[in-house]
Order: sequence, then structure tokens, then C-alpha cells
Amino acid sequence: MTDKNGFFDLSRSALTRRTALKGLAAGAGLAVAPGFVRYSQAQSSAPIKIGFQSHRTGIGAAYGRWYEKTTAAAVKAINDAGGINGRQVEVIIEDDGTDPGRGAEVVGKFASQHKTDIVYGTLFSHVVIGSAPAAGEAKMPYFVVSEGHHVASTKLNRYVFQPGITDVKSQIQSMAPWIAANAGKKVTQIFPDFAFGYDHRDYLPPALKAQGAEVIAQIAIPPTESSFTKYFPQIPAETEVIYHVMVGPAVLTFVKELGEFYGSNRPQLFGFIDSLEATDINSPGLEFLDGSHFWEGSPRYAQPDDSPAQKAYRAAVGIDDNGAAVGDPKDVSTAAHMFGCWETLYVVKKAMEDAGYKGPEDRAKLVEATEALTEFADGPEHPQGPKTFNGKIHQCFGIQNISKVEGGRLNVVHKTKIEDGLYEPEGDYTTQAL
Amino acid sequence: MHFGPHLLLAALEGLVTSAVLALTALGLSLVFGVMRVVNVAHGEFFMLGAVLAWAISTAISGHPALGFLAALVLAPLIVGLIALVAERLVLRRLNYNPEATIVATIGMLYIIQQLALTFYGPEARPVEPPFSYRILLPWFGYSGYKLSIIAASALLLVATWLVLTRTKIGLIMRATQYDSETAQAFGIPVTKVYAGVFALGAMLAAVAAVLIVPISQAHYLMGQDPLLLSFIVVIIGGLGSLRGTVVAAVLIGLSDGIISVFFSPTLAKIIATLLVAMVLVFRPQGLFGTTSR
Repeated sequence: MTDKNGFFDLSRSALTRRTALKGLAAGAGLAVAPGFVRYSQAQSSAPIKIGFQSHRTGIGAAYGRWYEKTTAAAVKAINDAGGINGRQVEVIIEDDGTDPGRGAEVVGKFASQHKTDIVYGTLFSHVVIGSAPAAGEAKMPYFVVSEGHHVASTKLNRYVFQPGITDVKSQIQSMAPWIAANAGKKVTQIFPDFAFGYDHRDYLPPALKAQGAEVIAQIAIPPTESSFTKYFPQIPAETEVIYHVMVGPAVLTFVKELGEFYGSNRPQLFGFIDSLEATDINSPGLEFLDGSHFWEGSPRYAQPDDSPAQKAYRAAVGIDDNGAAVGDPKDVSTAAHMFGCWETLYVVKKAMEDAGYKGPEDRAKLVEATEALTEFADGPEHPQGPKTFNGKIHQCFGIQNISKVEGGRLNVVHKTKIEDGLYEPEGDYTTQAL
Repeated sequence: MHFGPHLLLAALEGLVTSAVLALTALGLSLVFGVMRVVNVAHGEFFMLGAVLAWAISTAISGHPALGFLAALVLAPLIVGLIALVAERLVLRRLNYNPEATIVATIGMLYIIQQLALTFYGPEARPVEPPFSYRILLPWFGYSGYKLSIIAASALLLVATWLVLTRTKIGLIMRATQYDSETAQAFGIPVTKVYAGVFALGAMLAAVAAVLIVPISQAHYLMGQDPLLLSFIVVIIGGLGSLRGTVVAAVLIGLSDGIISVFFSPTLAKIIATLLVAMVLVFRPQGLFGTTSR
């Protein structure tokens, strides 16, 4: 194996000092080009810049796409109504590839290159956990829409907030009584093998135990897995309820294979809609889901008792009564999660107004103003429903929906109360230095 | 679940994996055997096969079997054509230099992957299986389509074997593999053979992907696992040996199925990798490979 043709001979194209200097000069020229300092003298009229860490590619891509649509709709609504503190809002999107390492880089890029006011929008828990230290280091307020318990656990830092969607620990606690009373007492859990799944693994057993039910088996599946049948024999025969929550591009395969394995002769199924987000529940092979139950943060299908705010929100985001994109019934949304983007942006607006936010130098004030919030009323800004906010743990608490698959759609059969999901705080971010 | 049915399920899952793996790895093995090119972009040809299968099957309305059959024929042909162009534009210009082609195929991997991301998008999209018959066993249900994958793959493997051993084209390929300089001296158009083999290798990966896509969905990153497993299979079986590739694919597929059903999928991957290390230490030419001359 000789290098006959010299493909690896670097000496042929050695970098000379002259080229290196030319490159440096060009780079420096770009950095001082007019576009980069456009607003430095006119801060009052400059837009507020929100860095959106989006899962455009990787296993979270379906969520990323709908988070972007919801964000665009919310920002348009905010700007049409006059913006924040009289300034327009501008969203800058960077793709994190649903990867924790890349996520941290993106936060750094927002802080040092785009110089955004805040960073926002992350869903996948491992990306949040990977990016949080970078946000803390840059003293960059970081508003996530992730659902995981990591923010509320107070294991992250003072700059990380989750004001738009309830965390998993609270969701589980509020739904456990319903599961134990209506689905069954012997529960087998199937969950993805990373942080988000571990929240389910850790908080469901105690929540069910308090209701006299028990978890008899726990099956962790890597989120990049593409074939699932091999895991199903681990489900004990005496299982009364399969509690499933899967994420990633193969969720449809997961549910299909579950159907092939059990057919109609199945245990009760209670799933997080994550197992079917962005997927049509009427896909061939999913008939066996009829009669099973799902958690939904916000209902995918329009419900008869939808509030005017919920209707306006659905119209603004552009989803039809079946939760699919208007005009493309095959493009199913991630309705159960993406409402959190809309609500988080309105929380940011409220906090920035309370803080009299002017620019990056007011980031600490913004953190304190967010921590001072306590309640979000049901309405156009919070169409999913009312919420309380605990400033010590940076987490909001709202109602949860349990929906039943009936006649090819999801009908809400039970709504939890906010109090059902409250728990003792595990720490206090406000004691940390800013 | 009792041991018997549990083992049956494990074996079925393992055979499906083996069937797809054998086709994919055979493509990789052929390309290396004949051209001495380590094709790192092989997994991307697999992915292209799946993505094209989605595109073709959604373009054709009517019974899902129609779209699927069209995809089964057209997708590998298109992928073969793309491979042919890549061979002409890249590999030939590097004179099939072993080191340079590794780097070049790594580049091709990223180019194909990013093009798929740009034009197909980041979503995982399902392809409807041509039929969805569920075989009801006393202990569990199993997809009839999955069983048909095993049969289809076996047929394709036999066909490839017949082409390689019973036809003039196969003879020419084997002659080129055995000694390309002498083959050229005897008037065999070696560069044409190379182009054909590269296209054939990519087509085998594509057809494997079309078979698997109704049960696993098309996604732009789906080429990574098959690439890794194909390398494992080819190293264990011996580069350039058809028999070795098939035996190693069945071995790896079955052990993967059985170990991941009874223990954990991670352990299955650990054992496969360990096996590769052992083969490299004790029998570097692979189980069925011959020492290079």
C-alpha cells in the first residue's frame, strides 16, 4: 500500500506565511463589516434576539420541525401585538442535531457570535443536560421546553428554566391514581434508555406504589433502536398494563411490532403520546391500539370543550381538527408538546416586561423576574390551561390529559388537577449566585 | 414466556437480521474482493435504497404491493446508476488507490447523507408492506412479511451465487479478483468490470434496504448500523468470500437475535465486536478467506 500518486503528501500544498496572513486579514475584515454592528448604536429599536436551539436533524427532527412552526406562530402573534417592551422579536435558529455535544456548542455560538438575549426551545433531555453548563457559564438565560425532570431536580443551574411544560415527575404523579384505578395494578414499563426515560423509570414505581399498584418489570430500549420485537418476551405474562413511552424515528415501528406481537389479545396499554408523536394513529397496523389510553400534554384532536384560546392557538399554528398540518393530513404534529413553545415565549415576554429588560446586561434581572412569577392564567397566552410556577425550582405545573383511542381519534377522558402533580421541591436555585 | 417459544422468537428475529445483513455484506465483500476498495459509503447506498423505496412507493397509488414491487425493481437500479457515476467520477480518478479510496468513500458517505437530508428531510417515513399478514402462533404473533424477507434474501443470494459461478460475467469477475493484471493482459476490460462490480455491490445493499424498509422506515441516518455490521461480517467471513460472508451473516444475525432476546442487545454487539478481534488475532484472513498473495 504505497502512496504512489502522492495523495497524502502534504508538502505539496504547504501553507505559506503569505497565504496565512491573507486568510487572517480577510477574516478580520469580515468581522468588522457593517452588518455585524448594525444595531450597536440603536439598541432601543433593535429587535430582541432569541436563539432557538432546534432539533432540526437527528432523532428529534420531527419535534424540531413542529417546535419551529409553533415558535414562528407565537413570535408573529407577539410581534403583531407590538413585540416585547416595544421591540420586535427576532428568532435565530441553530440546529443541534439532537446531540448534547453539539447542543453545548450551539449555546456557545448564540452567546458569543449571535449575541442573543436568551436561548430557548430545546426538547430532548440529554441535549438540555449537555447544554445547561454552557448556558450557566455564559450567564445566558436558557428556557427549555423539554418535559424532563432535570430542571426541577435543581441539578442544573440558575439560568435554566422550564416555564411552559410540566415535568415528567409531576405528570406521572398526577396520572398514577388514574392508571391504578382504571387500567390495572401490575405494570410493565417500556422506556427509552436515556435521561428522559430514567425519569419515567425512577418516578413511576413510587407513584404507583402509593396507589396500591406496582411496577413488575422495566425494559429500557436505546432511543436509536430500529427493531423492537426482541424486547417483548421480557414483558411478564401476568402484566395487566404496559406503560410505554418511546421516542426517536422508529416509534411507528415500535407500536406496529407491539401490535404484531400481541394482536387484540393484549394487556391494557397506557402510553405517553411520545410513542406516537408526529405519527398518524390510523397508520396500517395500529388498529390494535383501539381502546388504549395515552397521556397528552395538549390534545392532538380538537375536543368538544376546547376553549376559544385553544381554538385560536390551533388556527395560529396551522393544525386542523385532527392535529395535522392544515392542507396536509399526513403531516401530523407534535401537539402534545409544542404548545410549550408558545407558552414559554409568552412567559419570556412577561418576564422581560417585568424586568424592564433592555439588553444582555439585564440578563440577571430577567432571571430574577422569571423566578418571581407564580401563576399563568388560562387564555390566549396559555391555551393549554392554567399553570402555577415555582421560582425556586424553575418549573411550571399544569393539567394533564388522558385520552382514549376511539374510532380512529384520541378523545380526552380525564383531566388531572394542578394540585395532583405538586411535589416537595428538591432544592432551590435562587440561593445560587447570579 | 417459556424457553421453547422464546428461542423460536429469538431465532426468527435473528434470521431476519441475517437475511438483510447477508445481502448488504455481500455487496461490501464483492467490492473489496474484486476492486480492493474498502467502501465506507456502502451504508449510504443502503440508505438510498430505502429512501428511494419510499419515494417510489408513495408515487404509485393503488395496492401497496404495486408500489413495493416497483420499488424493489427500480430503487436498486437507480442506486446502481448513482454508484456507477460515483465510480467514474471518483474512484477511477484515484486509480483505485486503497488509501485514497477510503478517504474518498468517507467523503461520499457525507455527501450522500447530506443530500438525502436536504432533499428527503430528517423524518423517518414508513413504507407500507406489500401484504400485512400476521402469523398467529400459540405463544405470540409474528409478521408474515418478516418471514418473506428471509425467503426473498435467500433467493437473491442464490441468484448472485449462480451469476458468480455459472456465467461468463461471473468468470470475468473472478478472474479480475484473482489477478487483475493478468486478466487485463488476457483482454478483460478491467475498468469496466470494476465499474460493474461497484454498481452491483451498491445494488445489493439497496435491495436489502428495500426489503427491510416496510418494517423499519426510511431515515437518512439508517446507513450507519448496516455499515458497521457489514464490516463485522466481512472481517469474520473473510473479505471477498461469498460463502464466508453468508455463513458469518447467519452467525452474527442469529447470535445477535438470540443474545439480544435472552440477555441484552448491547451484549450482542459486544460479543460480535469481540469475535472480530479474535478473528483478526487468530485468523486475519477470516474464516473462509484465503491469504492474500
